[in-house]
Amino acid sequence: MKQLVVISGKGGTGKTSLVASFASLAERAVLADCDVDAADLHLVVQSSLVSRNDFWGGKRALIDSDRCTDCGICEDLCRFDAIRSDSSTFSVDPITCEGCGVCAWFCAEDAIDLVNTIDGEWYLSETRLGPMVHARLKAAGENSGKLVSLLRTEAREAARNRNIDLVIIDGAPGIGCPVIASITGADLVLVVTEPTLSGLHDLERVIRLTKHFGVPAMIVVNRYDINQKIAMQAEKHAQKLGAGLVGRVRYDPAVTQAQIQGLSVVEHSSNGAAADITEVWENLQRAFIEEELSVSEG
Amino acid sequence: MRVAIASGKGGTGKTTVATNLAWVAAQQEKSVVYLDCDVEEPNGQIFLKPIADWRKPVTVAVPKVDPVVCDLCGQCGDICQFSAIVCVGQKVLVFPELCHSCGGCDLVCPLSAITEVPRGIATVMAGHTGSIRYFQGLLNIGEAMSPPVIRAVKAEAPEAELVIVDAPPGTACPVVEAVRGCDHVLLVTEPTPFGLHDLELALETVQSLEIPCEVVINRAGLNGSATEEFCRRKGVEVVAEFPDSRRVAEAYSRGELASEGDPEIRDLFRSLLTHIEDST
Repeated sequence: MKQLVVISGKGGTGKTSLVASFASLAERAVLADCDVDAADLHLVVQSSLVSRNDFWGGKRALIDSDRCTDCGICEDLCRFDAIRSDSSTFSVDPITCEGCGVCAWFCAEDAIDLVNTIDGEWYLSETRLGPMVHARLKAAGENSGKLVSLLRTEAREAARNRNIDLVIIDGAPGIGCPVIASITGADLVLVVTEPTLSGLHDLERVIRLTKHFGVPAMIVVNRYDINQKIAMQAEKHAQKLGAGLVGRVRYDPAVTQAQIQGLSVVEHSSNGAAADITEVWENLQRAFIEEELSVSEG
Repeated sequence: MRVAIASGKGGTGKTTVATNLAWVAAQQEKSVVYLDCDVEEPNGQIFLKPIADWRKPVTVAVPKVDPVVCDLCGQCGDICQFSAIVCVGQKVLVFPELCHSCGGCDLVCPLSAITEVPRGIATVMAGHTGSIRYFQGLLNIGEAMSPPVIRAVKAEAPEAELVIVDAPPGTACPVVEAVRGCDHVLLVTEPTPFGLHDLELALETVQSLEIPCEVVINRAGLNGSATEEFCRRKGVEVVAEFPDSRRVAEAYSRGELASEGDPEIRDLFRSLLTHIEDST
């Protein structure tokens, strides 16, 4: 089974639009929307829910006010300023609490419990483009990396059950914990970049991240014609960092139109950006085959 | 006054709004502090071009075990909720990148065999550009936790008439860390289905923190008035709309401030600034 992850460093470069198109072009694939705090793939693929599940993320401290003697030790020991005291009554701010359990351990009255908390929900859905796992992290939620790992496990499970040998993962922007959780152990990372100085700066960092974790990476330059000079610079720079070019996608208002109509770009039209994306997809498949060859030869 | 610029969806124009606001405020000779709290991918510097004059590593405390003193009782592993320290066989193993620096292992160790040592995870840099004082955090590649870095950036910031916090995208803990303690949040969105959906999530996050917030629509005119209708329904004011323009996109691609070269855009940012000042 192959796992393809689409990430970007900088947000808004077109990850989700590309993933939806890849899902249309792939004969059979399982989709995993791992941008768990701003998941949008379901808006394009109109999913119908198969199962809805709680995501038990982390733990939070809870003070039993009946047993609490207001000694304040918990407040002194908490490094996250998560203990609130109003007129000598103590309580825990669930948003700030890291669930480290130090307060519970050292409470002389045993008045603090560490309770498991639901940090969101995850779903298995059927879509016209194949099965999809996705999630919704609670507002201001924590443990997004853990949720991403869970989604990837469930996606592989769904693929095994259906004899599907490709998982396409829509990742989060940035280089932090949800991104790390989405790329570790993947077969190929596709970095979507845009030809802007911001895009160039973020591209470098995200490619270095893939190298840090030893995952092969390639790039696609989206809206390359906004600034062809920076586009070329990005391609050259990526090549130097060890990430080859899969292709370029032109700026095309049809991309937004497709999104508005709830379609992937390649379902919406067949020329312009859609043609570019189709070519990118073909090149990606070739890259997968070449990688397999090099693995079997090596 | 401390204003955070946040978004939910990435790439809607947070940094564009934040840098242009800082620039027009500085033009009016206000004292401005700019905090780039998108520490995974900070881009404010590309537009403000600060001259760096100060930097400092951001460290977190992680345990170090003295094997001579340690009697392998295992209590450190019992208290740790993050599996960052475990006692296996004749050894205590520490996994620094999993550590949340709660200090539990150090507190619980009956033999005081554990000390906390600093581990670098990022750099905070400061600089100046005209009258703007600029700060940014830069997370080291491979590090997972940005909230301590965001805290470090905010801790360095001096007071000013206008403090602008450029927040990371999303709705999870890094955003919470960035906007916490701000007087005001501007949510930048784009009028697309993705933009609207993520605006709804971001609004929920900001409201859960009980911070007053308003909406800025970037690339206005792409898709009818669904965003305006949503804001009306939620009782959130749309305080500025910036037109969808290839010219603006191209200026952005070159790292130019739209306000500097485009009087129309400058006027829009001036009135946005006036609005923020009047409402706080």
